Amino acid sequence: MTTKGSLPVVVMALAVLALWYIGAVWLNAPMATDALNRAGQSWTTADLIRATLAMKRPILPTPDQVALDLYTSLTGHPVTSIRNLLYHTGVTAGAALAGFGMGVVLGVALAAGIVQARTLESSLLPWVIASQTVPILAIAPMIVVILGNMGFTGLLPKAIIAMYLCFFPITIGMVKGLRSADPLTLDLMRTYSAGTAQTFRLLRLPASLPYLFTSLKIAVAASVVGAIVAELPTGGQAGLGARLLSGSYYGQTVQIWSALVMAALLSVTLVAAVGLAERALVPGGRGGAR
Amino acid sequence: MPAAQPAPLTLVPPAAEPAPRTIVDIRNLTLTYQAADHPVYALSDVSLSIAKGDFISLIGPSGCGKTTLMRVVADLEQPTSGEVTVNGMTPEQARLKRAYGYVFQAPALYPWRTVERNVTLPLEIMGLPKAERQQRAREQLELVGLSGFERKFPWQLSGGMQQRVSIARALAFNPDLLLMDEPFGALDEITRDHLNLQLTRLWLGTRKTCIFVTHSIAEAVFLSTRIVVMSPRPGRILDVIDCDGDLPRERTLDIRESPEFQRIAHRVREGLMEGHSYDD
Repeated sequence: MTTKGSLPVVVMALAVLALWYIGAVWLNAPMATDALNRAGQSWTTADLIRATLAMKRPILPTPDQVALDLYTSLTGHPVTSIRNLLYHTGVTAGAALAGFGMGVVLGVALAAGIVQARTLESSLLPWVIASQTVPILAIAPMIVVILGNMGFTGLLPKAIIAMYLCFFPITIGMVKGLRSADPLTLDLMRTYSAGTAQTFRLLRLPASLPYLFTSLKIAVAASVVGAIVAELPTGGQAGLGARLLSGSYYGQTVQIWSALVMAALLSVTLVAAVGLAERALVPGGRGGAR
Repeated sequence: MPAAQPAPLTLVPPAAEPAPRTIVDIRNLTLTYQAADHPVYALSDVSLSIAKGDFISLIGPSGCGKTTLMRVVADLEQPTSGEVTVNGMTPEQARLKRAYGYVFQAPALYPWRTVERNVTLPLEIMGLPKAERQQRAREQLELVGLSGFERKFPWQLSGGMQQRVSIARALAFNPDLLLMDEPFGALDEITRDHLNLQLTRLWLGTRKTCIFVTHSIAEAVFLSTRIVVMSPRPGRILDVIDCDGDLPRERTLDIRESPEFQRIAHRVREGLMEGHSYDD
C-alpha cells in the first residue's frame, strides 16, 4: 500500500483506539469510583482514569490490556498447551475448515443439481432458504446432542454446524455463477455439439468461478462463526468458543476479548487465503463469460 | 468424430467443375413465433440454394429474419415449416457432424482461456490429441494474422483481434461451411475494411462456403458472390443479386470505386428501399 493510501487507514485505526480508551474510562468509571471510595483516601480525576485503565476485571478492557494478555498467552506457554490461545485457535480452525470443506461439497453439489434440473430448483431451493431462517443457536445444541447419542463427538458435530452455516452462500452464489454463461457461448457449445457434461465442465464451471470465490469468502468467515457457536454447547475444554464461555463464567473480560481478537484474526486470515486461491485460479482476476 | 473434410466427400457424385454441388438448400421455409398477443412471421416462404464455394451475404434491415435464417441452417432455431438440408443432411445431423463453423456478432471468447486455448476449444470437445490441437491452432491463428498472440488472454486484445480469434476458432476444425452473423458489426470502419480484405483473401485461399449476415451494403458487395436482399414483417427474400459476373473473385478495396461495384450497391439499396415501403 502506498503512503498516500495508508494515511486514512492509520487515521481510522487511531480513531478506533481513541474511542476504545474513552469507552473504557466511561464504562469502568462506576466500578473504579466504588473501589477508590472503599479505599477511603481522597482521589483526583487522574487517579480515577488511571484506575479505569488498569482494572483486573473491567467491564471493557483497554487495548493494551488485551494486547498484553494475548502476548503472554501466545508466548508464555508451548503451542500444545491448553493455556496457549494459539492451541484453541487451532482447534476452532480445524472444525471451521472441516465444516467449510463439507459446505463447499454440499453447496456446489446442490447448485449443480439446481442448475441442471428444473424440478430440483422448485423442490430444493425453498428448503435451502428455510434452513437459514432457523437460528443456528437453537439448532446447534440439538445437533450436538443427537450426534453425541450416535457416538460422534469432538470435531464432527462442530464441523457439521459450521457446514450448516456456510453451504448457503455457496449454493446461492454457485447457482448464479453456473447460470452466468453468455447465451452466445452456450449457442457456441451447441454448434460444437458438445454434451451436457462438456458444457458444464468447459463453460458453466469456469464461468462460475468468480461467483464461487465471492461466496467462498463469505462462507469461510461464516464457518468460523459456526465452529465457535458449536463450541458453546459442547462444553468442550478447547476452542475459542470454550474460551469465550469460560471467560464469561469467571468474569474474565480480558480473556474474552483476547479470544474475540483471535477469532477475528482467524477469519481475516482464512478470507485472505481464499483471496490468494482466487488469484491463482482465475486468470487475470477477471471473470464471467462475455 | 472426424470433422467434415473439405473436398472429397462421397455424398454426392464428384461433380464436374461447371456444376458445383449444393451445400445448403432451403425450400419454402417459414418460421413463426408466438408473441404475447399475435404471431410474428420471422421468415415467410424463403427458398435459397447455396453452392459449394459461394460467398452469400444476407442483407436487410433489423428484424428481416436474416440472423434467424442462418440460425435455422445452424440448427439453433427450429422452422415452423419448410425443408432445409446442409450437405444433404438435416441441420441437426449437420450440427452433430460439425459441418459448419459459426462466428457470432460478439467474439464470445472465454476470458479464462488464452487465445490458443480458445481456438482449440472445439478440438478439445472433439477429443483431438493435445499436440494436434496446438498445431491446428497455430495454423489458424497464422491464417488470421495473429501469430505470436497464442499466450495472450482475450481481454488483452483489441475488438478486431478478438473477432479474428473467433474466426480462427470457427475454422479450427476445418468445416466446409462458415456461418458469420455480423462479425464486424461492432467494429470501427477502418478495422472493418481491413478485416473485410483479410476475410476475402481467407475465403479465396480456403475455398470455404460462407454465409455472411450484414447491415452494410459496401461490405456485402465487396465480399459476396451473391447478395440476398431481405425485408421484414414477414421476413422474406426480395432480390438475389449475382456479383460474380461483374466483379472479379480476387478483390481489393479499390474495387469499391468501380462503376460495377456502384451499380450492384445501387441495386441492393433499391431492394432495401422497396422492402421499407412495406413498413408503416
